Amino acid sequence: MTNEKQETTAITLTVNGETMSGVVEPRMLLSDFIRQDLQLTGTHVGCEHGVCGACTILIDGVSVRSCLTFAVQAEGCRIETVEGLLERDGKLSPLQQAFSDHHALQCGFCTPGLLMTATELLRTRPGASRDDIRDAISGNLCRCTGYQTIIDAISDMGTRLLAEEKSA
Amino acid sequence: MTIETKIGIGASMPRREDARLLSGRGRFTDDLLLPRMAHAAMFGSPHAHARIVSIDTAAAAALKGVLGVFTGKDLAGVMGPMPTLATPPVVQHCVAIERARHVGEPIAVVVAESRYIAEDAVALIEVEFEELPVVVDPEAAVKSTGNAVLHPEFGSNIVHQSRHAWGPVEEAFSQAAHVVCREFRWPRVGPQPLETCAAIADYDAITGHFQVWANMSQQSVIGPKFAKILHTDMAHMTFHIRDVGGSFGGKATLYHVPLLAAVLSREIGRPVKFVEDRAEHMTAGNQHASDRLYKAELAINAENRFTGLRLRVLDDMGAYFLIATGAHGNALAQATGPYQIDALEYDLTCVVTNKTQQAPYRGFGGEVGNFVLERMVDAAAAELGVHPVELRRRNFIANDQFPYRTPVGNLYDSGDYTRVLDAAMALADEHKIWDLPKHAAPGKRIGVGLATVNERSVLSMTEFWLLDADPIFPQSSSPESVQVSIHADGTVNVSIFAPHWGNSPETMAAQITAHELMIPPEWIRVVQVGTDGGMLSKGPAGSRYTAMLAGAILGACTKLKQRILAFGAHRLGVLMDEVEYADGQVTCKVDTSRAISLPDIARASHSHRLDFPGDDQTFRSGLTESFTCDHPRATLPTQDRTDLGIFYPIVGHACHIAVIEVDEATQSSRVIRYVAVHDAGTIVNPRLVDGQIRGGIAQGIGTALYEQYLYDEEGQLVNATLADYGVPTSEEIPDMILGHVETPSPFTAYGIKGCGEGGRLAAMPALAAAFDDAYRDRNLYVDRLPMTPSALHTKLSQLKPV
Repeated sequence: MTNEKQETTAITLTVNGETMSGVVEPRMLLSDFIRQDLQLTGTHVGCEHGVCGACTILIDGVSVRSCLTFAVQAEGCRIETVEGLLERDGKLSPLQQAFSDHHALQCGFCTPGLLMTATELLRTRPGASRDDIRDAISGNLCRCTGYQTIIDAISDMGTRLLAEEKSA
Repeated sequence: MTIETKIGIGASMPRREDARLLSGRGRFTDDLLLPRMAHAAMFGSPHAHARIVSIDTAAAAALKGVLGVFTGKDLAGVMGPMPTLATPPVVQHCVAIERARHVGEPIAVVVAESRYIAEDAVALIEVEFEELPVVVDPEAAVKSTGNAVLHPEFGSNIVHQSRHAWGPVEEAFSQAAHVVCREFRWPRVGPQPLETCAAIADYDAITGHFQVWANMSQQSVIGPKFAKILHTDMAHMTFHIRDVGGSFGGKATLYHVPLLAAVLSREIGRPVKFVEDRAEHMTAGNQHASDRLYKAELAINAENRFTGLRLRVLDDMGAYFLIATGAHGNALAQATGPYQIDALEYDLTCVVTNKTQQAPYRGFGGEVGNFVLERMVDAAAAELGVHPVELRRRNFIANDQFPYRTPVGNLYDSGDYTRVLDAAMALADEHKIWDLPKHAAPGKRIGVGLATVNERSVLSMTEFWLLDADPIFPQSSSPESVQVSIHADGTVNVSIFAPHWGNSPETMAAQITAHELMIPPEWIRVVQVGTDGGMLSKGPAGSRYTAMLAGAILGACTKLKQRILAFGAHRLGVLMDEVEYADGQVTCKVDTSRAISLPDIARASHSHRLDFPGDDQTFRSGLTESFTCDHPRATLPTQDRTDLGIFYPIVGHACHIAVIEVDEATQSSRVIRYVAVHDAGTIVNPRLVDGQIRGGIAQGIGTALYEQYLYDEEGQLVNATLADYGVPTSEEIPDMILGHVETPSPFTAYGIKGCGEGGRLAAMPALAAAFDDAYRDRNLYVDRLPMTPSALHTKLSQLKPV
């Protein structure tokens, strides 16, 4: 940092399974740390005041607004971002594919946040009803789709996960 | 044709854009990180109207990490004012000089090593203001004098006044059996894309060349204007294409963000990024839309036929006038809607006030016109005692009247309004929509509303100036270009020159090229090329992109196929008229066993020039063709404007049936069912068309029930956060029941009509009618939006108790 008066802190955290570290001012937002320092630009910033949900990530499995979190708060945490959702072979995950199949994205700016919210929901409640899904994603604004196809995609994915659980 | 049915026009081909957007590899402007990149932040005016007495930037400039602080005066020497379409121009600078005219207007900008430091420095800027009288009420603005006049050179706050009449207006009203009169107030709302406006510019001092990455569009059209403003030329500017996180029209006039990034990069000699925060986007982003008062009169004869319409409109443009009267030209394209109304009078006054200036937003004024006309039809039905559906049927333009000239001179290409209405009614019956009000839960009211509206599409540019008697810049070009190249192995490169705005340009280009060349889409790569590609693109605006892109691809592929046939015939040793092209090969008509594949032809054209006649340019090396598609049907207005010409002739239609439920205790409401049937001509990709319609309806629900930019008397925008403004969440938008009718356009490639704005062009009047229906016993008539709980409460408290 050019501004020498600001104190900096070293942090270490796990991002999508990889250990990463950085030196940050205490005031640096986690969203900025992820986008600028780690150069993982899939996490988007739409409002910087915690309303739009585009910056949603998972910290220790729980969905969090990265624009309302300081980077230093993530010290030692396990972070998941949209970049971690791809399959090992680099293909789209079933959830990502379901979003495409149902046309659940248009401009795609809100999509990473919605995918992370959906990831959390499907891990905890794959059997969520359509109304439950509507409720769960109500903290993620989408200005393009009218939400219906997003709910379709998540619902479809939940149905498939339940079927897999049964057959397992 | 097996390939055509699978991958061509009409197939729900998967989107090309999805994979990168789903995996966090989108190419949004803010994602780009350049070496040595600096960051800009701005000081926005805290006052709605004030003289700038002095600006002290010393403390900001002295902060460690600050690379420069610039006021409007500093920048005035190195750049010109912003582009404007207005006659006469209302001068606007990227950074205000001498006077701030709305809250948030840039007063100074800082460039620093990081945005954190830039914002620290902004907080250190001291500005002395002398407050001036604030004008926020458009009716007051008409009468403003003295210091309340925003632009003293105009002498008043009226920046446009015109009155036009087309057809026998006086006769219609003097002979009317019935005249319906109503007044309306249309709210100031905005697109609110999830991505704010953003730009990065990199100026090379050695070559004097700018590179600009911004979430704008129309780079090839606006670029030359930017070059002039920056005192350079297009040989020294490159505009790159980025993914855009939603525009809905607003980013079509995204000027000051890229201009500031460019000028600051030149000033400090480093790349500069400028990304609006949400408050800046809402106050200073030039992202507000129509803010209008209407006085409307509809003349009706003894047979219940509409004979004349008078509209007196006052529009609050905000502090500047960038879009001029474009949103009124737009409304005039279909001011008489789907109805035969032979006379129209349009009396327009545009005023400036101390608010953010207007920009385009999905509908661009056409949605306001639709709302007013549909509300007038509902008022007429109530006054005449006729069912609103029957009154509509009676006044629809009949199928045998197409192509139909409206009184202003615009042309409607084709349509079947009765069939759309019938299809919507059938869907409503199927889903038992009409029974819903009878089954309202205790304490709830349910209302059903219907609207039938037109959906003008495929923008031509005359709408921006046809209300001016003597326009400074009477532009009339709206080109779209492609370049199609077939590689030596038969695979194809399609270059397009417009960004992904949330529409699906790459998918459309691949799908239409696959259709036309009859090859698998996997053979086709689509590339978005900026201004270095050298071809003109008006891009997505006015529901034009797919129709115009299709015209360009059809043009390029037609040229290509002629040459493919020539190469193929020569290789097969037969004449051109003895072969045909289908399914990726040239075949001898009389002997289909003799054929040559596209890859073989491509290889021959690529590498074996001397096998073909040397003096014939048909056989020049390589299969590359470009094509620029101009508007298929537009004409100029006459000098006296008695005929506005044909300016929006590709006209779809929609019927929406909306159901709302109101809680009687809180007067809060929500949309519980929604039926929409659209005719957008030939459908290229059904799933994507449905996506556009749903998204437009969701924004329409926002406008009708929740959204509005609220200014107090001091001109402060009191809800300048996403938490307060009211963009609908998933809880506010119901699942929608969609249907389609296809009446192809006779003028466009494949008969495609635009569909990008249709949802929002139709939703608001259907929702307003649903409120009326819910309170039919109270004679509620919705004449203003949004119907928030407090607005509904106010409205009901003005009505007589039952």
